[in-house]
Amino acid sequence: MAARRRDAALGLSLRLAWRNIWRQKRRTWLTALAMIFSNVLLVFMIALQFGSYEMMINNSLRLFIGQAQVQRAGYHDEQKMRLSIPDVADLAASIRRELPSLSAAARANAFVLLSSKDRSFATRIVGVEPAHEPGLSTIPGLVTEGRYLDDPTAAEIVIGSVMARNLKVATGDELTFLGSGRDGSFAAGVVTVAGIFNSGSADLDRSLAEVPLAYFQDAFTMAGAGHEIALSAGALDDVPAALEVLSTMLNEHQGLVVLDWNALMPGLKQAIQADMSSGWFMYGVLIILVAFSVLNTQLMSVLERTREFGVIMALGIKPRRLALLVLFETFLMAALGLLIGVLLGAAITGYFSTAGFAYPGMEDLGAKFNLPSVVYPSMDLFAILLGPSVVFVFCLLAAIYPALKLYGLKPVEAMGAV
Amino acid sequence: MKMPLSGMTRLAWRNLWRNYRRTLIMLLAIALGVWAMIFMTALMRGMVDDMVSQGVAALPGHVQVHAASYRDDPSITHSMPAPGQRLLEALESELVSAWATRIKVPAMISSEYENRGVLLLGVEPGDEIALGFDPDDIVEGRFLDSSEDSGIVIGEKLAQRLETRLGKRVAVMSQDPDNNIADRGFRVTGIFHAELENTEESVVYAGRDVVQAMLGVGSDISEVAVLGHDYREPGPLTEHIRAAVPDDFEVLPWPELDPYLGSMLKVMDGFVLVWMVVVFLALSFGLVNTLMMAVFERIREIGLMRALGMRPAVIVYQILMESLMLLALGLLAGNVLAVGTIVPLKDGIDVSVVAKGMEMMGASSVLFPVLSPADLVMANSVVIVLGIVTSLLPAWRAAQYQPVEALGRI
Repeated sequence: MAARRRDAALGLSLRLAWRNIWRQKRRTWLTALAMIFSNVLLVFMIALQFGSYEMMINNSLRLFIGQAQVQRAGYHDEQKMRLSIPDVADLAASIRRELPSLSAAARANAFVLLSSKDRSFATRIVGVEPAHEPGLSTIPGLVTEGRYLDDPTAAEIVIGSVMARNLKVATGDELTFLGSGRDGSFAAGVVTVAGIFNSGSADLDRSLAEVPLAYFQDAFTMAGAGHEIALSAGALDDVPAALEVLSTMLNEHQGLVVLDWNALMPGLKQAIQADMSSGWFMYGVLIILVAFSVLNTQLMSVLERTREFGVIMALGIKPRRLALLVLFETFLMAALGLLIGVLLGAAITGYFSTAGFAYPGMEDLGAKFNLPSVVYPSMDLFAILLGPSVVFVFCLLAAIYPALKLYGLKPVEAMGAV
Repeated sequence: MKMPLSGMTRLAWRNLWRNYRRTLIMLLAIALGVWAMIFMTALMRGMVDDMVSQGVAALPGHVQVHAASYRDDPSITHSMPAPGQRLLEALESELVSAWATRIKVPAMISSEYENRGVLLLGVEPGDEIALGFDPDDIVEGRFLDSSEDSGIVIGEKLAQRLETRLGKRVAVMSQDPDNNIADRGFRVTGIFHAELENTEESVVYAGRDVVQAMLGVGSDISEVAVLGHDYREPGPLTEHIRAAVPDDFEVLPWPELDPYLGSMLKVMDGFVLVWMVVVFLALSFGLVNTLMMAVFERIREIGLMRALGMRPAVIVYQILMESLMLLALGLLAGNVLAVGTIVPLKDGIDVSVVAKGMEMMGASSVLFPVLSPADLVMANSVVIVLGIVTSLLPAWRAAQYQPVEALGRI
């Protein structure tokens, strides 16, 4: 019985609150508009941010690096030829066998002077497994001239488009490389350009050259060793679990470590963090400004009803009920702002998540972070609701001060107020 | 009825404080908004300034002269003769603060253990320092002492990668104009530290004359780098230099030499305005609301004034005056707050937790906020101009009330 009466009272309070907020239509709409404005902005900006980060990470990792790599401890930092993994292809094969969810491909790296008939450039040359590389890197699919490597022992090379232009070579031409092998001996060879890729990443197009791993091992006296096993688990979220299994498996191989993408490319995550913190600062300012707007509106609405509240209190209603009423009013107003803001924001985000959003004039900036010129905001429930929910909470917090003012109200004095 | 302007102004001021709570909250909101506009802009400006100055130091110079095809194919075959009489005269101009001629070619450097690809710079050390190379960045040994110095100066990171150190020998290989391998041994005479790790790893300095002899190019050079006085205005300097070289040379200002930096600066300017307008819009709802309430609770009063013969224009003026005072007070507080928070940060904000990320963007790990007068003026004008525009609506509404009708309203 008591519970039902409480429910009824609650319903009444809600209804009363709803009517009250429409007593000053213009003011309510203006306050709600402030919320809608910031909600729409937050929904779109956060979704765009998350979308760009996802693309930055995926594009950077999928092109070549992979989501994780097995290396000898210290290799990542020092990149020394002799910090190698023995029988690297066998280890990669056993990883593929034991952990079917992972793609794995063995690689080896060397720095050489690569010369064509007319030009010479110092560059990195990578030995890859032609059969397994496509599972990890998008480079094989981005070959625009000629073909990707297919024979694991052939003296063939695939190079980036900028490197091809710099060296003034086309497919079928020969290149000579000059470097040193793992034991410090002189390493040299002649390879035929099998294909030229165009990855869109100026850095890779200028500096990446791939030859078959077995040929590489032969030319650089690697004796079956390599430098890294690139890994990919498909979705980025699945990586940590797979790596855990992998590191127990690697226990028997002394000195090998698994590095995840964050360890391989610390700049990427930190660039995202730096960008995020400036984003949060801006969102925070917007949210606080909206909260001020709500605070002002609710304070006014309490002050102008002093007389009315005095009468009600004289009739025996407790200040707690009135304070609750003010909170309800704010709640309804904030809910209105949330609903319209999220719907409108989601509609705009939804449109751009299929049509794509182009930052005008930012192509050069995007290219630096492997971002294409068109970005698709992420239509993720979390990204969409994050901003508006914080706005909602802050609006309710802003109503606390006006609501508290009611506790100090003296009925007789209040009734005398104009 | 005529009322002197000072009277109107006094009235507006008093009206503003009739409801001091409301005015204070609005003032707080405006001050916070203005603070955020200026503070955020100062941080961004600081970061971009840093990126540009790092970028200009790496190029180096505000303007560079190359043989026409050098940038497309940065090989020694596309070198140019040392500056002739006309260019030398042009470089005497007061537009130029420093200049240098350099050889810049891709090369391979090898120690007994490792090889790396690098950019080999053949420089005249004095000119290089004038262009911005800081001798204090040498952490071991010394910088080159002349363009005939037979030593080489490499970065800390490169030394680590090559497993070499001060006093050891390294071999440098590049190609000569006939595509023969040109190589030479150098002794490491200095090791430098750079803000960006990438620079440490990929740039080495050797004496210009020594590199010219090694490549067999006589007195030819790859580029002339020219430093002006203000990186924001490379235009006049570019024109000045361009007029002094043959047409088949390419003379480009830094935003074109490094399009990433160029567009960064442009995007930054656009971003500042967008950010200020967005903050203002978030504020504007509260501003309109406050003024609307002020008008609404004064309808009777306004009706009376109108009945006594006050013209609608005067009512508009009075409301606008009230708004202007509110905005001006808010701006004052916001500016003071912004300057008060930025000045103590002039020694920089340590953002080394995201150092690698900043490096990826081309900025260093200490952020120096830059309070530019132009940004201050922009923030204040955005608030005043848009503020007045937004206040027109409530003011106009106030002037619309018919005296008799308004007097009857409670």
